[in-house]
Amino acid sequence: MGSIRLENVSKSFGEAQVISALDLDIEDGAFVVFVGPSGCGKSTLLRLIAGLEDVSGGRILIDGKDVTTTPPARRRLAMVFQSYALYPHMSVRGNIAFPLKMAGAGREEIERKVKDAARILNLEEYLDRKPRQLSGGQRQRVAIGRAIVREPTAFLFDEPLSNLDAALRVAMRLEITQLHQKLKRTMIYVTHDQVEAMTMADKIVVLNGGRIEQVGSPLELYRNPRNLFVAGFIGSPRMNFIDGAEAKKLGAATIGIRPEHLRLSATEGLWKGRVDVAEHLGSDTFLHIEMDGIGPLTARIGGEFPVRVGDTVHVTPEDGKIHRFDEKGLAL
Amino acid sequence: MARAISTRRKVTFTILGWTIGFLIFFPVLWTVLTSFKTEGTAIATPPQFLFFDWTMENYVAVQNRSNYMRHMSNSIVISVGSTLIGLLVAIPAAWAMAFSPTKRTKDVLLWMLSTKMLPAVGVLVPIYLIFRDWSLLDGLAGLTAVLTLINLPIIVWMLYTYFREIPGEILEAARMDGASLAKEIVYVLTPMAVPGIASTMLLNIILAWNEAFWSLNLTASRAAPLTAFIAAYSSPEGLFWAKLSAASTLAIAPILVLGWFAQRQLVRGLTFGAVK
Repeated sequence: MGSIRLENVSKSFGEAQVISALDLDIEDGAFVVFVGPSGCGKSTLLRLIAGLEDVSGGRILIDGKDVTTTPPARRRLAMVFQSYALYPHMSVRGNIAFPLKMAGAGREEIERKVKDAARILNLEEYLDRKPRQLSGGQRQRVAIGRAIVREPTAFLFDEPLSNLDAALRVAMRLEITQLHQKLKRTMIYVTHDQVEAMTMADKIVVLNGGRIEQVGSPLELYRNPRNLFVAGFIGSPRMNFIDGAEAKKLGAATIGIRPEHLRLSATEGLWKGRVDVAEHLGSDTFLHIEMDGIGPLTARIGGEFPVRVGDTVHVTPEDGKIHRFDEKGLAL
Repeated sequence: MARAISTRRKVTFTILGWTIGFLIFFPVLWTVLTSFKTEGTAIATPPQFLFFDWTMENYVAVQNRSNYMRHMSNSIVISVGSTLIGLLVAIPAAWAMAFSPTKRTKDVLLWMLSTKMLPAVGVLVPIYLIFRDWSLLDGLAGLTAVLTLINLPIIVWMLYTYFREIPGEILEAARMDGASLAKEIVYVLTPMAVPGIASTMLLNIILAWNEAFWSLNLTASRAAPLTAFIAAYSSPEGLFWAKLSAASTLAIAPILVLGWFAQRQLVRGLTFGAVK
């Protein structure tokens, strides 16, 4: 079991309120991603759940039990840190065995569980090395190994991949997702990278300025963003926003269209503009177009698209793909 | 061309370094040499450097006149004792300052250091009176306490800078891994901080060993450490250079040996944080 419930949880550091009273339900076994720009309070929220910070108000419940004042050691949660936070004076074996030793496990049990974890994470040949003799990806695996051996109620990940290079990040992302499927435990994952959020999560919690903007599955957020912030944050490249006369025609203060929902033509379309920059990725083409009377738009076209800088193009949004927002930025 | 210049620079700096090192070391060397001379040769002009009749008579004289072993054991008790008590107080203090600082932590640290800027003689009279009234004069307990308090700011500062280098996330990881505060200290913090604690300890033992002002003023014979033992050879007998040198050599020898073996630790401790 590993359900987590936040009731009216808030956190202030002195005068500054970092988290303003929020409620959240995390079901047992879910992979929940906290995402948002830096300074939005996502790491603080994770640290509140971990018990590394004290809440300023509200309650935290794990499996229905109030743990608001329980120290981190007794919450039965495991955490993987951005900096890996391995014990530099211990070998890989010592690092992975540490939580078991703290829990008072017997020598044989420790040996068996460390071996299991090392096998799952491909660390068997490194067990006697010190952390400084490992690469970034291996260190991250050791940190995960240390988390899985004690079979925690839930795993907390605090931007675990942001110190890795791009290729390794993609590989580790997959490994963590597979680990979740194998262990079927609750995982809470903090990231500022919306691609990580979209690819890994069962449920995404979008945070901004210490408040929850929206909670939902990746596709729910993609299809029905509740407000301008979520609409702009989820999806890559970012959603195009248009306000003024074009928006008024549709009865909104602002309208939003995702780059992949724009149809391009050389001869006819709703709006006309000039290509400013063309990015050819092979699988996709990103066009930055300066539209007459609207401003800049980004369009994403599947495959190769024969166009050059300065060419005139016509753009039409797909039917039913326009998002409408009112003056307050809320979806209509 | 570039290589030639750099080699010449290397030679120049090496010679310069050795020269400065030798100049700094020379007084110690001269003291040791003088301790093996007769009183006559010790004051001879021109001074005799190596080619004189070596003698042990000064050491014999010093042994006959005073109890070297007692002074030495006093020095050990005072320096090791004050260091251990100091560490006992300073480790938790430095830990609190490094890992859960408050708005006033920096001020407290500066205030502690500022006490080192006060001339010791400024508080001599009150401390002497306290010692007299509490019957602490010429006692090991009193002197140990004073030296602990005097060196405490340095111990706290050194440990604080050292602990600050330990990433807080590692301690948090230990907490998440189920370690209680005691286990966190024993299994994670202490092993990581051992080099820092060791070099702080060594430096403080040396400082306490060499301390003369309070030892001279607060002890007479029973609790007198080696610094007081040397001083006893300077004034009452006039200028017996050779015997004074023998006493000095005996006093500095133990700490010199300790310093020699611990030099790597000491340099690492003093430059920690400056050089990563």
